[in-house]
This record gives sequence, C-alpha cells and structure tokens, in this order.
Amino acid sequence: MADDEDDIILSELNNEELVEQMHQDLYDGLKDEIEEGVNILLGRDWAPYKVLTEALVEGMRIVGIDFRDGILFVPEVLLAANAMKAGMAILRPLLIESGAPRQGRIVTGTVKGDIHDIGKNLVGMMMEGAGFEVIDLGINTDVDQFLAAIDEHKPDMLGMSALLTTTMPYMKVVIDTLKEKGIRDDMIVLVGGAPLNEDFAMAVGADAYCRDAAVAVETAKELMARKHNKLASA
Amino acid sequence: MTLAELLAERPVLLADGATGTNLFDMGLTSGDAPDMWNLEKPDNIRKLHQSFVDAGSDIILTNTFGSNARRLMLHKAEDQAYELNKAGAELAREIADAAGRPVVVAGSVGPTGDLFAPLGELTAEAAVDVFAVQMEGLKAGGADVAWIETMSASEEMQAAATAARNVGLPYVITASFDTAGRTMMGIKPSTFASEMMSGPEINDDERPTAVGGNCGVGASDTLLAILSMTEAEPNAVIVCKANAGIPVVKGEHVHYSGSPELMADYAGLAINAGARIIGGCCGTKPEHLMAMRAAIDAHIQGDRPSLDEIVAACGPLANPPTDKSDNPPPRKGRRRRA
Repeated sequence: MADDEDDIILSELNNEELVEQMHQDLYDGLKDEIEEGVNILLGRDWAPYKVLTEALVEGMRIVGIDFRDGILFVPEVLLAANAMKAGMAILRPLLIESGAPRQGRIVTGTVKGDIHDIGKNLVGMMMEGAGFEVIDLGINTDVDQFLAAIDEHKPDMLGMSALLTTTMPYMKVVIDTLKEKGIRDDMIVLVGGAPLNEDFAMAVGADAYCRDAAVAVETAKELMARKHNKLASA
Repeated sequence: MTLAELLAERPVLLADGATGTNLFDMGLTSGDAPDMWNLEKPDNIRKLHQSFVDAGSDIILTNTFGSNARRLMLHKAEDQAYELNKAGAELAREIADAAGRPVVVAGSVGPTGDLFAPLGELTAEAAVDVFAVQMEGLKAGGADVAWIETMSASEEMQAAATAARNVGLPYVITASFDTAGRTMMGIKPSTFASEMMSGPEINDDERPTAVGGNCGVGASDTLLAILSMTEAEPNAVIVCKANAGIPVVKGEHVHYSGSPELMADYAGLAINAGARIIGGCCGTKPEHLMAMRAAIDAHIQGDRPSLDEIVAACGPLANPPTDKSDNPPPRKGRRRRA
C-alpha cells in the first residue's frame, strides 16, 4: 500500500471500526496488530468470549472462505492462523476463568507412518479459532495413541490426516478398532489430506471428508449441531 | 545413457508407475516406510523395477521418495539416509543395466514434509544439506539423474535443485498441483515452469533437464497443469506423471479408479499437450504402463487438447482452478506502523 496513507491508530477506532480492522489484520496475518486489538477490546470491558467470536472467529471465517475458494493458499492462511493464535494466547486463560461456552472437543493426529502435518495443524488452528478445544497428538499417531487420547479426553470428534497413499489406509485401521471397541458412535470422525476423497472417507467409515481446513470447521460445526439436535430429541 | 541423450534420440519417453501402491500388493502395510525395503526386502524392489521395465518404461524411479533425513526421523532411520539411497539406486541400476536397451535410473527425491522458515523451522541451508546427503547416496548407487518430485514450496524446490547441482547430478523437478490448479503453497504451473526454466534464481547452464507435474488429484487436473506449463515454456522438456484416477477402497485394499484404457487416453492427451516424458504416479500398475507404451508408440500427433476433451477422456477436474486470486477483491488500505 502507498506510504502516504495515514497510519491507522487502533486505539482511536470505535468498536465497530476496530473489529472490522482486526478482520483485515487477521487476513493479512498481522500478529502484533491482533494482539493490540484484543487488548484494546478487553480494556473496553468486552467479555473475552465476545472478543473471540466477533473479532477472531469472524475474521478467521472470512479467511476460511477465501482459502476454500482458492483465493488464499497455505502460506497466507498459516500467517493468519498464527496471528489468530497470538490473540488466542491472551484470551485462553480469560475464557477458562469465565467459563465461556465451547463448540466441542476434537482429538487430531496425522496417522502412523506419515510426517505431514501442515494441513492438520491448520485444521487445529482454525478449529481453535472457531471455538473448539483441540487436543493434537502430532504426527505418526498409531491406533493405541488415538485410543489413549480418546479415553483421557472423551472428545466429541476425532480428526485424522494423511498426505501419503501409503498411510491413508491406516485411517481404516483406526476406525475399525473403534468399532471393535464399540466406541465408534461416541464421536464424529473427520478425515482429510490431499490424496483423499469423499468416497474414500465413506468407505473407511468416517463421518465426513474435509477437503481443507475451512471445510473441516464448517463440517465440524454442522455435525456438532446435528449431534446436539439428535441428543435433544432422544 | 543419460536422460538428456535419450531425450535427444526420441520424441517421447515412458517413465514408470507407482511405488507405494504397488508395494502394498507385495505386502507393505499402511504406515510402514516403503524405503526400508531397499535393505530389508530388496527382491521385492527388484521385482517392482523389473515389472516396469517389462512394461516398456524408459525411465525407472528408485524407491527413495521418503529417504531424506527429515522424514526418516519418523522411523528412527535418519542416520541411514545415505545407505538407503545408495541401496535403492543400486537395485534400480541392476535392473536397468540388464534390460538390453537404454533405461534411465532416476533417483526419487520427495519433500521433507517440513515448512520452511519463517512459516516453519527448516532453513534453506539445512534443507540443501538434507537433500545433498540423499543425492550423494543416489549418485554413489548409480542414479543417472535426481528426480525431485511431488513438490509444493518454491524454497524447497530451490533447495533440492541447489543440492543436485552441488552433488553434480542432472535433475528433474515436478510439482503436485492439487489445490485449485496450483500447488498447496499456491504456485501456478506456469509460474513454476518459468521460475525453473528462465527465472533468475538459476544460471542458464544449471537448469533442470525437465520440469513437470506429478501426483496431484487425478489425471485431468494434472493434464491441465501440463497445458499451462507447455504454454509458458514451449521449449522445456515437460514431465507428466499423473495418478491413475482417484483412490477407492475395496474391502481391505485401496485401488485407483483409472483403467489401462483411461491411462492410454491420458498418455495420448499428454503428448498432444506437449509433454515429452509421460508416466503414472499413485495407482499406476504395469498393465497401465503397457497400455501407455502402446499408446505412445502408436501416437499420431494431434492438436493441444481442450479442457472439454480432457474431461471427456479422463473425467471431471477434482479440484478446478480458480482465477479469483489473480484479481483479488478490492481491499482497504493497510496501515503502516509509525
């Protein structure tokens, strides 16, 4: 942008302008500006949950749409997610203190034999940005590690990622084990990764295939809402 | 015979098929490192290479896609990078030399799986070192060319290319165009081809022997990327190594949806699109390659295919390109901090 443009002083913006500016700053991956914006809103007595949802989650939703539509790619979205994370670091302790509502809890991992975690980390950051609690088991996660985490954290969802043709069948190993243990239906299973597709996800027994991190968040919200409706009507 | 010499002799070369998915058929289980079989089950690797040579491949790729120290860490084998690559190249060399015709041994080099700084931890210098160890092993084992494949980040391609030049191997670079017609990191096929073949980062006498697309999300998407590369760099040797359709689960196994007939059609379209090295990636079996060999040998040059012709022969695009990012929506001014 042109240098002769006036600098924007965040603290001089009214709430509405500031939130809109934060959406833009998230889009541009400006970490320092996001931290400053979060602190200004908290200083104006905004509830941490309101800052999270209106400034960060809404900003990341816009980023997610442009990622889904092929306007933004992984590098830009990683920068945005890093900025979001910086804001979250300020909000997280306050959210826990204030008992703010959560969307749900998800355990994620890249499956056994696979080292690729760029996409999975993006999913984690965007899920967190959307208000989910994320327990990430990292890369090379075998079925025992998934089972132990499920036992410990009782997640609403399980998210598995694979980038390799040689590792994606392992998702079926994990889901088959969940079935054997009789706990498959206790959680929503989401899968993703470059070589996957919808039919593959259905064939291995997942609930949904998520093409990218933005779709993962949308799908998670939708399936969680359906799960709640089902419980309410049961 | 070097790859350049073979290219000077013939208009179109047939590369090979899948490594990982074919090794599944020999008992590799999901999550295991295929590369370890270079030491543990060398006969299976010989068998795989032989099946490609028998099907008519002019170029075979070593079973070393994941044999870089960063990825081998996962299997606690990071100290074996040189050894695994040397063994992998020796196995392919042995089969190529016994073929009775020229077969080029291409040393497969896949991505590290790491993000480069500043997004991630890996520095360009460290990446060059990682790739150089791998390529030293490939060269010692008799590889003719470093075959850098399934790339998505520009920094990583440049690091691998630098390593190949330092080690003294000719090199080929192909990227995976799997996200809206671009690589995961947002690189367009035309931008990639031009950066490699005419960009300022590489001296003219140190450019790759060939560039192209591999893997990705299906034959149609990869063919579209090839069209964009041959348009941008009409004089470059272009590689097209697409998957045999898309993965489908049948019982306990993963199959690829593309038939040998589809891959034969794909090979013809790839030639018409301007590719000079044609092969298959995931799911491509010897029977696919035999059909592709026949199609290449019988090919009569046609016009550059349209998207409609590609889709009619090889199916719909799995992840169609969007031109939106070329014309981003107008945005408000960015502030600069005082």
